Amino acid sequence: MTGHATPALRKAPPAAGTTPGTAQAPPAPGTAGPAPRRTALLPTAALILGALYCLLPVAWVVVAATKADDELFSTFTFLPGTGLADNLGELTAYRDGIYWKWMGNSVLYAGLGALLSTVVSAFAGYALAVYRFRGRELFFNVMLTGVLMPPVILAIPQYLLMAEADLTDSYLSVLLPLILSPYGVYLGRIYAEAAIPAELVEAGRVDGAGEWRIFTRIAVPMLGPGLVTIFLFQFVAIWNNFLLPFIMLGDDEKFPMTVGLFTLLKQGASQPALYTLVITGALLAVLPLIALFLVIQRFWSLDLLSGAVKS
Amino acid sequence: MPQITRRSLAAATAVLLGATALTACGSDSGGEAGAESGPVELTYWAWAPGMDKVAALWNAQHPEVKVTVQKQASGDDLVTKIITAAKAHKGPDLVQAEYQALPTLVSNDALADIAKEVQGVEKQFAPGVWQQTTLGGDAVYALPQDSGPLMFFYRQDLFEEYGLTVPTTWDEFAETARALKKKAPKKALTTFSANDSGLFAGLSQQAGAQWWTFEGDNWKVGIDDDATRKVTDFWGGLVAEGAIDNQPMYTPAWNKALNTGEQLAWVSAVWAPGTLGTAAPDTKGKWAMAPLPQWNKGENATGSWGGSSTAVTSDSKHKEAAARFATWLNTDPEALAALVKESGIYPAATAAQTSGALAKAPDYFANQPDFYTRAAEIAKTTAPAAWGPNVNVAYTAFKDEFGKAAKARTEAAFGAALTKLQDTTVADLEKQGFGVAK
Repeated sequence: MTGHATPALRKAPPAAGTTPGTAQAPPAPGTAGPAPRRTALLPTAALILGALYCLLPVAWVVVAATKADDELFSTFTFLPGTGLADNLGELTAYRDGIYWKWMGNSVLYAGLGALLSTVVSAFAGYALAVYRFRGRELFFNVMLTGVLMPPVILAIPQYLLMAEADLTDSYLSVLLPLILSPYGVYLGRIYAEAAIPAELVEAGRVDGAGEWRIFTRIAVPMLGPGLVTIFLFQFVAIWNNFLLPFIMLGDDEKFPMTVGLFTLLKQGASQPALYTLVITGALLAVLPLIALFLVIQRFWSLDLLSGAVKS
Repeated sequence: MPQITRRSLAAATAVLLGATALTACGSDSGGEAGAESGPVELTYWAWAPGMDKVAALWNAQHPEVKVTVQKQASGDDLVTKIITAAKAHKGPDLVQAEYQALPTLVSNDALADIAKEVQGVEKQFAPGVWQQTTLGGDAVYALPQDSGPLMFFYRQDLFEEYGLTVPTTWDEFAETARALKKKAPKKALTTFSANDSGLFAGLSQQAGAQWWTFEGDNWKVGIDDDATRKVTDFWGGLVAEGAIDNQPMYTPAWNKALNTGEQLAWVSAVWAPGTLGTAAPDTKGKWAMAPLPQWNKGENATGSWGGSSTAVTSDSKHKEAAARFATWLNTDPEALAALVKESGIYPAATAAQTSGALAKAPDYFANQPDFYTRAAEIAKTTAPAAWGPNVNVAYTAFKDEFGKAAKARTEAAFGAALTKLQDTTVADLEKQGFGVAK
């Protein structure tokens, strides 16, 4: 707070003729101009601490992935090792390259799952925002309770449901529960309400466009940044999802990376965990996420309200 | 607006169609046991590395029964997964299960009784090991696969350097720890770790503890019995007086302590060479193995830590074929040799404990050529273990309560932790609806 108060106290005296206290007053000629921007020490320190807190574990993974088995616990933590190439080779060779199969599965679950759930969220969010129908609020509120429900507690009931449908241990058993994301629908409605003015939809109807056309040609482009956000949220959530695939899948050929790497860690009490492989695998698992963020970032720069009518 | 409804319906159908196409891919590669024609197909959930290669040997010799290994992560999570699958009748045909998980699985109706199918194999295993798969009754719920008899591992070179003798009783063990502290205050003989309940269970087993017994229709919990109390007081006393360390095992700090000789010994099981190879690579060839210290001179008993079995699930449609595979896997010399080689296990079948790959000492213990001969002798003395239906609860409570006691470093805290462990276990059994004898 002191960071804000101090510059105010130092403000140059108001120029003659202006009301004292108006912030917009230009500094009087002859004075030193606006008070020099001071670094806000406390917030900066807090942010640096926060950044360290988030980045140190990542740095650890990066460094540890370069260490060979016998270096991992015996050399200084942040001293790079000599085993990166060997680790990568071993990881690729492990059980005939099943790691890359897991990576592919993760891409399938996260990519297709996020895409489908974005589509559903867009449909549902748009409908909830634009149409008035009986039970709309009730439906929305029920969805909202879904946001509060951690997906973890749903995994076992979902498994039993999938078993009824004879779908367990299939790709579908992991994809289906992910398609409806309460949070995605919630975001979809909020974005649609903010970005699509009723006048625009009315104008479309007056011009004779069908509802489908209005949705695809007018609403979707305006919802773009919002949908990208939903997609990213879902992609990351599914990419990191553990319990659902763990419960649903028995066949290790269908595992995503999270569950697959877990089998390397837990090979029974009598087997040392394959730490170096797991760490290298974890490092590689982060790279697609980083790439995705870098690629998709530019879609965020669009103004959420681009194309809106003036009101 | 009927128009929208129809159109969105079409879109929804399109999504669904895409989904159906996916199901088709899914079931193509699935391990469903379709039995109308062709060979019997069995799925096997196991975590031991290389199990798929061992199964491939079977598949080559037995075209009529095809076993597919689906590799899982070991631990309590897998037990939960097996039980969940059993509730939905979607379980595999065979599972690898740790001995202490068998009562939990049996009480959830997840395992089949294969006593009839495996008649006559009992004599191939040590009685203390076999008894864990029958839960003390006439049924047989699994076949022993590997075992982990407890032993004493120590740094031979450092023992010589400090003039220490290898303890044969726990009293001598305590004396050795004190003598070392006097000579080298920075070093410790070993540590009391609260992060692996299996070791403590094994030590109590050696002292004669029977943590769970079934009497009439009721479970009796004997965690807070004389034997376990003796073990608790012993280790609590050593920690309280500072004769040994109180830091957990399997941490980078622990690895370092072993690798640099800060800790000179480790009470562990026959599989220790593998763990030491990762934790303390620089001390290869400097360790030796001795029998576990005894409570009274002249006694000869050990406990076990780890070890697992092969069980047939109650959902399996081919129990006979599954039992045949389990028998082959755990008694056939060729299968056992492959298990030792590919999975690195210590076989429960006594005949295999000194043959094949185990005829020669592990690389890490090359200085002790008779490693496995001595290990086999020790394995024969394994005391019987008694597991109940909520071992996982007791194990978690152990980590919590003894973790606190190890931090507190007082004998009283250890005593209180054991009482709490007993109470938590009994309370959980009652909550689950089991009858509990007082």
